[in-house]
Amino acid sequence: MKKLGLLAGLLGLAACIFVPTLLKSHGIYLFTYWLIYVIATMGLNLTIGYAGQKSLGHAAFFGIGAYTVAVMMQAGYSFWLGMPLAALGCFVVGLALGFPALRVQTIYLAFATLGFNTAVWLVMRNEEWLTGGTFGINNIARPEAFGVSFDGNLSYYYLVLAFAVVLGLLLWGLLSSPWGKAFTALRDNPIRAESLGVDIRGYTLLSFAIGAAYAGIAGGLFGSLVQFIDPAPFTVEASIMMYLMVVVGGPGYFLGPLVGAAVGVILPEWLRFAQAWYLFVFGAAVVMLMIWLPDGLLSIPDRIRAKRQSREASAARAANGTSGVKA
Amino acid sequence: MTNSSIQPVLKVTDLKKAYGAIQAVGGVSFEVRPGEIFGVIGPNGSGKTTLFNSMLGQITPDTGKIELNGQDVTQLGPLELNRLGVGRTFQTLQVFGKMTVRDNLIVAAQEHQGSMFSRMFAPGDSNLGAKADALIDQFHIKHVADKKAGELSYGQQKLVDIAMAFMSEPDLVLLDEPCAGVNPSLVGGISTLLKDLNKTRKGSFVVIEHNMDFVMDLCHRIMVMVEGKVMAIGTPAEIRANKQVLDAYLGD
Repeated sequence: MKKLGLLAGLLGLAACIFVPTLLKSHGIYLFTYWLIYVIATMGLNLTIGYAGQKSLGHAAFFGIGAYTVAVMMQAGYSFWLGMPLAALGCFVVGLALGFPALRVQTIYLAFATLGFNTAVWLVMRNEEWLTGGTFGINNIARPEAFGVSFDGNLSYYYLVLAFAVVLGLLLWGLLSSPWGKAFTALRDNPIRAESLGVDIRGYTLLSFAIGAAYAGIAGGLFGSLVQFIDPAPFTVEASIMMYLMVVVGGPGYFLGPLVGAAVGVILPEWLRFAQAWYLFVFGAAVVMLMIWLPDGLLSIPDRIRAKRQSREASAARAANGTSGVKA
Repeated sequence: MTNSSIQPVLKVTDLKKAYGAIQAVGGVSFEVRPGEIFGVIGPNGSGKTTLFNSMLGQITPDTGKIELNGQDVTQLGPLELNRLGVGRTFQTLQVFGKMTVRDNLIVAAQEHQGSMFSRMFAPGDSNLGAKADALIDQFHIKHVADKKAGELSYGQQKLVDIAMAFMSEPDLVLLDEPCAGVNPSLVGGISTLLKDLNKTRKGSFVVIEHNMDFVMDLCHRIMVMVEGKVMAIGTPAEIRANKQVLDAYLGD
């Protein structure tokens, strides 16, 4: 099973490397866009899916990251200096946003983070001296490293892919360490977790901070991709969309963001034929998904397995003719 | 009666807690000795749960003192108490439903090893796997060890729940109605398990339970609480013979 997963992962990576070479520039752009959202929602999946903290402020971190890198580059600093600063800045702000989560949970936490998102958005829109206000920041350059320019669409795509792979591996490492179980314990039952010595304060704060750092890096990559940023992509609506991506993919499934971000980024492109009906179709699809697959698309294999097991169990009971199952 | 040369694992002195005008616990004192299974019984509203929550750091008592192995822990919260060696189970089922039984047990002890940051770089499963497997064997839940805890029957989940409290080898385990909702055939099993654990692990237990046969059979000493006060403390035989207790609680 593990080997199968590794094989699938390598095949997927190979596809990510070769498929874009066959695409035109718009296709490459979409793939890049998708990967950037994969990075952002990987972080959100940690916050929501693993640690169970309902955050509706993720786009704010995405924006903080984008503006940090853009402002730094405008001031003449390198992309490679802006990027760690974006990650660090978001980590710190994310840590701060974690504090409300120590007091409130579920929908109340969602509203607290939503308020945070609105506040950040207002700063982006109103503080023109820093952010350019509604006019935004233009001509954000793409980076280069060791004499290699990532200016071309395909080369920039590969840079983003490299970021996604490294960040994915880091997250995988984190979740395979005892931290993964601690986050899951925090999500499933915080009171029980605390009674077993799990520092729920620390893990709550860090789930926000690490998730935010991922969004910050994604934001930095986003700015360089579109080369122009204004406050529009960082609204509460964008946060809701990111939340939706996590839920659609499967919260708490490691590969959920790959699927969720694809639904959020690529599906709208495919639905273009529907034109004015696009949002209707998309909305209806989400409603149906929530009814039939509340744990997301990646829960399908688990569901099939659970069904098969219960069928086998009932067949075994029928064969025994008794209900002699001990507690 | 008390042997003063041995330091008690738990010592509660004149504990009081009021909710508004209601004195839930009104001056309770007792000791739990090393290796002892100590039962707490009493009718509904007698203050058992408030007492329990105080001992677990879920609430802070108004006055009084709680000492664990001689250390004042009155003001500490659940996390610190657990780190100092207090395990617990809950009245209702509290397992991590989406984790396997084995992972439930591992997470129940992993936070006692190293610091948070050293654990970040630690392999997922050091010696805890073997420890978990030992408890899994002892609790006869090997056949479900790799299943998600949420998919098990109520009785199986109850066993997982109890096993989790023992993973970190606590000095003191507080069991809140371990038989609540469990079918009668399993009650005997839980009793046997707890006796075994008490023998092999040298820990002390405090048990709240309404099932009198279970308490009388399991506990070395029993405390009867009525209206926030201690009515009697003694061996099961003494409690059974206590006229006052019979009138107030046990009598028909």
